[in-house]
Amino acid sequence: MTGLASYLVFFLIQALVYSVVALGLNLQWGYTGLFNIGVAGFFLVGGYTFAILSGPAYSTHLGGFGLPFVVGLGGAILASALVAWVVGLPTLRLREDYLAIATIGIAVTLQLVALNARGLTGGSRGAESIPRPFEHFTHTSLASNIVFLVLMVVVVLLIYYALEAMVRSPWGRVLKAIREDEAAASSLGKSPFRFRLQSFVIGSAIMGLGGALNASFIGFIAPTDFLPILTFEIWAMLIVGGSGNNRGAILGSVLVWALWTGTGSLTQAVLPSGLQVKGGAVQIILIGLVLMVMLVLRPRGLIGEEAVVSREAELGGEGRG
Amino acid sequence: MGQYIADGIILGATLSLGAIGLTLTFNILRFANFAHGELLTFGAYFALALAGVLSFGPTLGSLTFGWGFILVIVLAAVLTAGLALFVDWLVYRILRRSDVAVALVIASFGASLMLRNVVVLIWGPQPEYYSRTISIAQPILPGVRVTADEIFVVVLAAVLMVGLHLFLTRTRMGKAMRAVSDNVLLAQVTGINVHNIIRLVWIVGGSLAAIGGVFYGITVQVGPNMGFNLILPMFASAILGGIGSVYGAVLGGMVIGLAESVSTIWIDPAYKPAVGFALMFLMLLLYPSGLLGERS
Repeated sequence: MTGLASYLVFFLIQALVYSVVALGLNLQWGYTGLFNIGVAGFFLVGGYTFAILSGPAYSTHLGGFGLPFVVGLGGAILASALVAWVVGLPTLRLREDYLAIATIGIAVTLQLVALNARGLTGGSRGAESIPRPFEHFTHTSLASNIVFLVLMVVVVLLIYYALEAMVRSPWGRVLKAIREDEAAASSLGKSPFRFRLQSFVIGSAIMGLGGALNASFIGFIAPTDFLPILTFEIWAMLIVGGSGNNRGAILGSVLVWALWTGTGSLTQAVLPSGLQVKGGAVQIILIGLVLMVMLVLRPRGLIGEEAVVSREAELGGEGRG
Repeated sequence: MGQYIADGIILGATLSLGAIGLTLTFNILRFANFAHGELLTFGAYFALALAGVLSFGPTLGSLTFGWGFILVIVLAAVLTAGLALFVDWLVYRILRRSDVAVALVIASFGASLMLRNVVVLIWGPQPEYYSRTISIAQPILPGVRVTADEIFVVVLAAVLMVGLHLFLTRTRMGKAMRAVSDNVLLAQVTGINVHNIIRLVWIVGGSLAAIGGVFYGITVQVGPNMGFNLILPMFASAILGGIGSVYGAVLGGMVIGLAESVSTIWIDPAYKPAVGFALMFLMLLLYPSGLLGERS
């Protein structure tokens, strides 16, 4: 029974870490229509920044500043925001696909850096012994996990309410206006580029925070943790849950992560060891199918965006629509 | 230096052929097709499968393959064009009708991962080679050694590009394709069937991508991730040359191929894939319409 409980705690922490990232993506894609497929790259920047700032001294690569947990998180947020600003600056003025190409490019480049810049990241061996908060108060791993779960719930709720307040504010309405009709929004004096850049940087900063939390939870990161498959999983989570709805992003993260780990355990149990690689391939194809079917049959996801109609339109809008 | 330039041109041949299809889909079908790299992968694997069935015949001169392989390349191109049409029919056709335009790009990203894993499922993750024969590099210029296979690749790429040029400028279908590429509405008004042009884009793009993939297989190796590793340099080529311009894609492919190869003189070769991306990034920053792109 405790085995099941501790597995459930472990599962939920990871799902909530991904929901932080999915919430960041939802701000970019769901509310602003920005097409970021370099999610893994911002997750990577957050993770490594946290490891360098708050991790132990490494003999072969940078680290050992021993800064407090919160400072590490702050550094991760700033670093990924900075990367997003550099990527967004040339691409957000262009057609939306350019951002897609630039973001996947930066994700691949960052992964190459993580793999090859040994003095900075530890190369293929990764960075280990990344600390968790409140470590001195917890003595068993289950207790430590439960504390982390509580932390994750608090973080997700904080981000959720902050994002809800943001997207319901005038700022959020401008984002949606730009997404729906750029020409109309700019004719009202709103600069689409500035709002897009703000949304992109904030969303990527949230992804970086997710990366830092992930590094702290797992305690170890390596370049292979940040492959394009991660980006794909986050996208599947958002699309399945419902883009444009923050509760959808969280729901989708839990569901898709359950599907992913479930099929993973299943293929591990069923297939002989020689076919494990092919089992992994089947797993990816399955998630891909779920994404495709959702895109074709239910593009709004399980709980999609709520329709928002202004009071004036409701009064005078009879006969239209 | 000469050797790096020669290697760059050989890589450029693959990139150019891949970038042509990419620039056409970007411009005519209006989306960045991330699954285009997998067309190269499938082209290479189709050729691998066919080469196992059909006999090569005696090898030609110093090449590692015989006349039979030309047939293999043609058949692989046909199969890959068929695959491209199938994926379009299965997924993109439906999404084109939906109101979410960018859904196509997400779908292509998903299709890319799925197709790559279908390759792993069928052929396994290990790298493959068309021939176990070791091809010996001959000196052609002082300090420059290339294999007969590499010369074959560059010459055939040049022939294909001339052929494509003639197709685009001399045939009705080619002219219609350019018209749609310039302005879809105007082309429709003159009676061009856009659906046929979409099919043509997949056929031309898919078969050229397949041949590019086979070229990569001949000069490097065949593997499930080859297409994904080439997609960024191909996008870089298409953007550098100017989106929508077939000649730009060819030029861009050569520039990116040369840049990635020559850069290894100064930069750790591990960062090679990032070089093309950096060039693309600079281009977007300074001159987003590309070398031969339209001014808008």
